[in-house]
Amino acid sequence: MSSSPTLNAGPAPVFYDNGDHHPQQGTLLGFWLYLMSDCLIFAVLFAVYAVLGRSYAAGPSGADLFDLPVVALNTALLLFSSITYGFAMIAMQHGKKNAVLTWLAITGLLGMGFLTLEMTEFAHLIHEGAGPQRSAFLSAFFTLVGTHGLHVGFGTLWLMTLMVQVQKLGLIPANKRRLMCLSMFWHFLDVVWIGVFTFVYLMGVLP
Amino acid sequence: MSARHHYDHHDDAGYHATVKGYVVGFLLSAALTAIPFWLVMGKVLPSPRMTAFAIIAFAAVQVVVHMVYFLHMNAKAEGGWSLLALVFTAALVVIMFAGSIWVMYHLNTNMMPMADPQTMRNMP
Repeated sequence: MSSSPTLNAGPAPVFYDNGDHHPQQGTLLGFWLYLMSDCLIFAVLFAVYAVLGRSYAAGPSGADLFDLPVVALNTALLLFSSITYGFAMIAMQHGKKNAVLTWLAITGLLGMGFLTLEMTEFAHLIHEGAGPQRSAFLSAFFTLVGTHGLHVGFGTLWLMTLMVQVQKLGLIPANKRRLMCLSMFWHFLDVVWIGVFTFVYLMGVLP
Repeated sequence: MSARHHYDHHDDAGYHATVKGYVVGFLLSAALTAIPFWLVMGKVLPSPRMTAFAIIAFAAVQVVVHMVYFLHMNAKAEGGWSLLALVFTAALVVIMFAGSIWVMYHLNTNMMPMADPQTMRNMP
């Protein structure tokens, strides 16, 4: 900071920065940057899958393994959970605590339904001998889809934690900020899932 | 410091979600999900290559729909910084993704000595 020659003269200085910093915005931008770095993790895993996805090592291919109706159901669950979370955010804007809790509960149930279906699929694949160690394709598949599933799992855990927080403390500014961060996280996972069902499942069954 | 910048901090949450926005986004993404599944499961298009291009196009549009309607991405959010971060990330992803596929494709075609599946099957 340079010393000002007008320190003792002239009109009073005008301060545009009144110290009103809105910490919410800093958190949301920071969380967005975290999501972008997470996006890079997924991009690397997608690249691995793109390189190895057709290396079957004489084992089963995506066309042999993937059950598209189940994937469609999983996609629908995740998509519905996105809009139910959206309704939770709208209820939050209106300050309706019980509506927020209800929509969050529905979102959590949809998320758990997604996880149940995915873990059933994984268990079925491993039971059939198509586990991650079978071929490069399956290693890449389990890593990519498993990482996404892990994110959904932690998102669901986070969601349940926030439900307890909202129940106990109400819609205080800190909880609103947390809900907005989870909103971004949840919708971001849905965006990643678009890539998963397109590149892995739909293109995997194409000849 | 020669100049003081005036940052406008008066948009509290950065956005205001509306029911209409979520419903429009949901309907669009439901259609953009259903059509690729229909294309693949119904074998509508004549060649797998055309199907692949079509579903990638649908996925790209759906990503944009989710960004706009669900993640409320626009040029004004966070003073433009979130869009800038997104553009930077997208550039990194494209370079990394296209570069990996390009390099590995050439490694595969130039350095794989065994072409037929029979040889592969008998490998240890």
